[in-house]
Amino acid sequence: MGWFTKTKKTAAKPDSPAKEEIWIQCPSCKAHIYKEEWDKNLKVCDRCHFHERLNWQERVNLLLDENTFDELNPKISWNDPLKFSDSKGPYAEKAAENCEKTGMKESVVTGSGKIKGIKVALAIMDFRFMGGSLASGTGEKILLAAMYAVKHKLPYIIVSASGGARMHEGIVSLMQMPKTCAALAQLREANLPYISIMTDPTTGGVSASYAMVGDIHIAEPRALIGFAGRRVIEETIKQKLPEDFQTAEYLVDHGFVDMIVHRKDMKEMLYKILKYAGCR
Amino acid sequence: MSLEFEKDVADIEAKIEEFKAKNPEPTGTLVKDLNHLELELAEKLKETYANLTPWQTVQVARHPNRPLIRDFIAGLCSEFIELHGDRLFGDDHGMIGGFAMIDDHRVMVIGHQKGRDLDEKIKCNFGQACPEGYRKALRLMKLAEKFHIPVVTFIDTPGAFPGRDAEERGQAEAIARNLLEMAALKTPVIALVTGEGGSGGAIGIGVGDVVLMLSNAVYSVISPEGCASILWRDGTKAGEAANALKITAKSLLQLKIIDEIIPEPVGGAHRNYVATMKATRKTLLKHLSSLKKVTPKKLTLRRFEKFAAMGRFK
Repeated sequence: MGWFTKTKKTAAKPDSPAKEEIWIQCPSCKAHIYKEEWDKNLKVCDRCHFHERLNWQERVNLLLDENTFDELNPKISWNDPLKFSDSKGPYAEKAAENCEKTGMKESVVTGSGKIKGIKVALAIMDFRFMGGSLASGTGEKILLAAMYAVKHKLPYIIVSASGGARMHEGIVSLMQMPKTCAALAQLREANLPYISIMTDPTTGGVSASYAMVGDIHIAEPRALIGFAGRRVIEETIKQKLPEDFQTAEYLVDHGFVDMIVHRKDMKEMLYKILKYAGCR
Repeated sequence: MSLEFEKDVADIEAKIEEFKAKNPEPTGTLVKDLNHLELELAEKLKETYANLTPWQTVQVARHPNRPLIRDFIAGLCSEFIELHGDRLFGDDHGMIGGFAMIDDHRVMVIGHQKGRDLDEKIKCNFGQACPEGYRKALRLMKLAEKFHIPVVTFIDTPGAFPGRDAEERGQAEAIARNLLEMAALKTPVIALVTGEGGSGGAIGIGVGDVVLMLSNAVYSVISPEGCASILWRDGTKAGEAANALKITAKSLLQLKIIDEIIPEPVGGAHRNYVATMKATRKTLLKHLSSLKKVTPKKLTLRRFEKFAAMGRFK
């Protein structure tokens, strides 16, 4: 790095065009990294291994063979069963904004694709859409992808990224928890593998439903995975929690995650597991 | 103990107490006077309870004298053989269960235990179950499946316990596992929300072929206070949040989340245990009889379709 040249220190968000920003600042260790390197490393800091959140398209590119992704049920969108409105205004407006911002209609994209030639059914959550929250459209898509897997005898992979159930759809959101698990029970009945990939964050109603009933639990390094929020827990027990509480590593130690896999190794690991599961 | 919105009711109740204290054995016109007061009370109660707001309903659902699981067991079951432990870690007092007889139906009763006096409440974590509670529930449900007896769950919880140890022992996994196993359970399941249906903590024993609610019970994805502090940035706006969340039995029936409402006596279950138990027994017996006629395979298929339909709107 030149000592006497001025370098631009702009932290670019993953989705912004960043035409002039050639540097990224790692959100965790604050190291400066060429954007080109950052992208090449799949948005993982090569100094501290911090894994930035990926959008669904980036996840598809990471996990699936090129041009094999076939989207399922793209038209399923969010619903407003409660005609909900809070201090900031109607949910319908907020949802519309999120659609505009992300190009998505709900917090999950589902479909089928191939992992080194092995066909899989896939659900990928995207945190950009209302914090990846679980609501009626999300649950329906996850269920339908599971049923697709049953029909076509495919393994199912769900990539979770969520702050939990979406309050704005109330009790209907809560019911997506048993709904998705009931679909996974059907998948189990059909003897098909289900791999749960937990990314940052995987919390609340999502961790307390489909994310935690995988045959295999894979997490990304340092992903936040938990049920209740840290602050809520600290207020309840009136104690400070350890720094690594609710991290993927903590969950491995406490028995709930099988392995932590670096993003660059994820596709290969999935392939190996699928082979063990007898998939071809 | 009267609730804030019951002030008028409380005034009349106080008048009646005073009257009875002054006239322990009323005769003649005094009897008429007492009857008049009691009639006034009945009218006032009816009026007050006919138009409860969602937030007022929450207060009734959380009333300190509202019947709790051991009251339901005492009122509905001629026998209860409690079973303990999850065989993995411990015995959660926030979740109890055991064999029970409801008329001549042998069932497995499971439910949250909030506790009555303060010591009991603390022991039971105020009905906030830990992973070992959900795992005990699962063990008992699998036992019911093995013995071909129906499961009846009584839901009354502010939520699953948000403690460090609970988190470390897999609170999320315990609830998730129950959701999957309940969906696949080859024996009838009736879930009844008697008080507070607190989010994940509630649904963790709530995947039923039939889901019932007492008329003043509430069921929500988040407490009104929690919702208010996040979406209104003001915990005191719980009333508005309660309205927005549609948490009453009536709303849940309209949303097709529950199957039936069990009517409570006027003034709430806490005012009349006998009437509450009578109505509950009647409804439970009806569903127990009809569910027993369904084959296990058909049961699980119907249960899957029931939950699959939730959140589908045309």
